[in-house]
Amino acid sequence: MSFDEIYNITLMQGFAGLSLFAVLLLMGLGLAIIFGQMGVINMAHGEFMTIGAYTIFLLSTLTESYAPGLMQAYFPFAIVCAFIVAFIFGWLAEWALIRHLYKRPLDTLLATWGLSLAMQQAFRTLIGPKEVSPTLPDWLMGSWEVTEGLDIPINGMFVLALTLLVTGGVLLALYKSRWGLRVRATVANRAMANATGINTTRTDRVTFAIGCGIAGVAGAAFTTIGSTGPTSGSLYIVDAFLVVTFGGAASLWGTVVSAFGIAQTQSISEFFLSGSMAKVLTLLLIVTILMLRPQGLFASKVRR
Amino acid sequence: MLKVSNLVVNYGQSEALHGISFAAQRNEAVAIMGRNGMGKTTLFKSLMGVLPLRSGSVEVDGVEVGKDESYRRVAKGIAYVPQGRMIFPTLTVQENIETGLENARVKKVPEEIYALFPVLWDMRRRKGGNLSGGQQQQLAIARALVTEPKVLLLDEPTEGIQPSIIKDIAKALNEIRKIRQITIVVSEQVLSFAMDVADRLFVIEGGRLVHESARADTDEAHIKQFLSV
Repeated sequence: MSFDEIYNITLMQGFAGLSLFAVLLLMGLGLAIIFGQMGVINMAHGEFMTIGAYTIFLLSTLTESYAPGLMQAYFPFAIVCAFIVAFIFGWLAEWALIRHLYKRPLDTLLATWGLSLAMQQAFRTLIGPKEVSPTLPDWLMGSWEVTEGLDIPINGMFVLALTLLVTGGVLLALYKSRWGLRVRATVANRAMANATGINTTRTDRVTFAIGCGIAGVAGAAFTTIGSTGPTSGSLYIVDAFLVVTFGGAASLWGTVVSAFGIAQTQSISEFFLSGSMAKVLTLLLIVTILMLRPQGLFASKVRR
Repeated sequence: MLKVSNLVVNYGQSEALHGISFAAQRNEAVAIMGRNGMGKTTLFKSLMGVLPLRSGSVEVDGVEVGKDESYRRVAKGIAYVPQGRMIFPTLTVQENIETGLENARVKKVPEEIYALFPVLWDMRRRKGGNLSGGQQQQLAIARALVTEPKVLLLDEPTEGIQPSIIKDIAKALNEIRKIRQITIVVSEQVLSFAMDVADRLFVIEGGRLVHESARADTDEAHIKQFLSV
């Protein structure tokens, strides 16, 4: 291999890593705000991603059979639907299950894990065990040839742009909106936030639903790079937890940086080593860094 | 304005408050004096809904609030400045005050708050956690005041604060009363502060109110006896 080829391969693998980064970041973002706000470790987060992916598939199938003319335009609309559907299911899950378990962290872990299994079985029964792929619009296909031998896939760029948009939106909402203020006050001191007039119960429900909605968008992004099956989400859940722990549970910037680091390490080493060796390498790096910085990459600096 | 009757509060099986009753008028300030562990903070937490009542009632302006969650009590006109200030350390000073604007129509900090506590205007972009104790106390009062309360509860506002700032806080509380005509209930161990602020003094001991006197005929030596260990 000449130097040019290695250079191009590294760039392309790096870009493949960016697609993984996008999905991990969207998953991690939802997990981080849910964990930060109410201390719930949501084991069913992957299934909310799957819901988002199935929503895209459903809308693609519907569009194909009833309005084939709209095939080029349905996708952005479907992403919004993926968010809304996952949001609604998240809302219901919080209302029916999670709010009864807030003071029992271990029980939420088990309950959400059970919810995850139940949802996987529901997908299998209602939609089918086979993996499905939505028909993507033509403008998402193909690749952009930057120079000879260097191809950047368009769907990858689309997913990346979508992720940056959603992440920016979430950060903006957290730091500029009334909802964000409620969330940050509740995270800082729940009882006191309630005593300044904030309805913390409702804030919890909205936050949980928004976290799930973001997972739905992650699912939408996922459909452009892989096919969706009942267990697609659960494949990402462990990595998403790694992202949150590694980044520092209270810091969203940490989540961004750690998603990037993990995805890139994983993707670039995957090309040169086998898949499982790449995983070992990533995990070793994370464990070493966490031993040196137990609070994660970023921790906020204030006196308490 | 505030009417508390037969308030009983339990921690598990042990009863901490054994039937507390008192009332405070509009534009009146009341001090609850007592040593550590006598039930001051328990009383305030139960008035605010942070701790549940076993029995008894709390009325604000004729409306019963004893069963409400804290945030509903805020909407009905109680505001709370807790012991140890409990400002949100990760939020800026301005955001800290804005958390109190939940029921306000305009979500903007009113100018009179900064006029009352000019130091908060200078510090408005700093993180609340990086303020000094006295500044945090002013911030906690400001956060409570923007909820437009009818009754303001302050739990040991002078704890751990240097004497010159204690005077400022007393001045600010008297100022607030003059402008807003609200009811103030303050718990204290420092008698001089209570005498500066309150019209009536109660002494709490072992979860019961054991003494009551108006400021004019308060026998300071007698109250000091209750406060000494």
